[in-house]
Amino acid sequence: MLSVLALTSVVLLGIASQCTAISVYTNWEKHVQVGSDVRLSCSFFSWHWTSAEVTFSWSYRPDGAKESVSIFHYTNGAPYIATKGPFRDRLEFVGNPNRRDGSIMIRNVDYNDNGTFTCDAKNPPDIMGHPSNVRLLVFEKVPVQAGVITGAIIGVVLGLLILVVAIYYLMRFLVARRVFSLSMSRHGKKGKGKEGSQQRQAGPSK
Amino acid sequence: MLLLLVGIVILHIAALVLLFVSTIVSAWVVNPASSSDLWINCNTLNGVTKCDTANTGVWIQAVQALMILSIIFSILSLFLFFCQLFTLKKGGRFFLTGAFQILASLFVMCGAIIYTVMNSNWVHPSLFYGYSYILAWVAFPLAFISGLIYVILRKRE
Repeated sequence: MLSVLALTSVVLLGIASQCTAISVYTNWEKHVQVGSDVRLSCSFFSWHWTSAEVTFSWSYRPDGAKESVSIFHYTNGAPYIATKGPFRDRLEFVGNPNRRDGSIMIRNVDYNDNGTFTCDAKNPPDIMGHPSNVRLLVFEKVPVQAGVITGAIIGVVLGLLILVVAIYYLMRFLVARRVFSLSMSRHGKKGKGKEGSQQRQAGPSK
Repeated sequence: MLLLLVGIVILHIAALVLLFVSTIVSAWVVNPASSSDLWINCNTLNGVTKCDTANTGVWIQAVQALMILSIIFSILSLFLFFCQLFTLKKGGRFFLTGAFQILASLFVMCGAIIYTVMNSNWVHPSLFYGYSYILAWVAFPLAFISGLIYVILRKRE
């Protein structure tokens, strides 16, 4: 029985390691105010342990351009920033490769930085996967995100409704208990144990 | 008696359907070249349709929230009606059902009013109101009357 279980688990692990691919995660869009700093986060999921040869690669394609340029590469435990790229002195590596985090920070964004950033992560031997894109949108004043206020209003009203219902049932429960203990105290000293404790509970609650 | 019950339920469901159509269909403001509703603002120029989502505007999000809340409260009221139908004492009134339905109608009214007033921030002011907008205004009195009927109704037999 145990050997069958062990065999099954080995077979499953073998199959699993064959049909895995690395999954790279970034945001969908980033809305920032002009002049501020933006952190572009990138992480990945892989069935293998994080190896020492993990690599992160960021590239940038401006809005309207057809080609993308490579702006950052992390390999062999060291980050490399493209010395001739558009972000050469504004880019900083703020990620932690041991924790599968390959995020970069771009300081002092400008309207020219509007575009699509692509993060590609590889975790040898797991190198098969799709890179992930995040769009950067620079605004003079960041507009309210779609759905934030909608969700807030709906949440508040439904929360109030649940609160009113809960208070109603609580009041009913409390009134029922008070009625119970009041009628007990009228009977005087009959059966001290339980009713005595009921009276003591009713006393301080008033 | 049964006929009255069926009639009331049909009225309630009609108001609910109007609310759904009004919230979902993209026809609050229409124009030969564009249409706009609570969620998206589409313009068609030379055969190319370009749509913006509703992330610019605090008021349009408030209208979205009010319409969704009115749908939720109307559905809750329908559910409560069937609950109270079987659990209410003889001679009791469907207060809770009526209260929820009247609240739903008030939310639709607030949403439609806010949309009418703050419209110009969202779409070009020279466009015409579409049928979703009109349905929202029709759903308000329907839901209100339905709620009032529930409050007045007494359970017999």
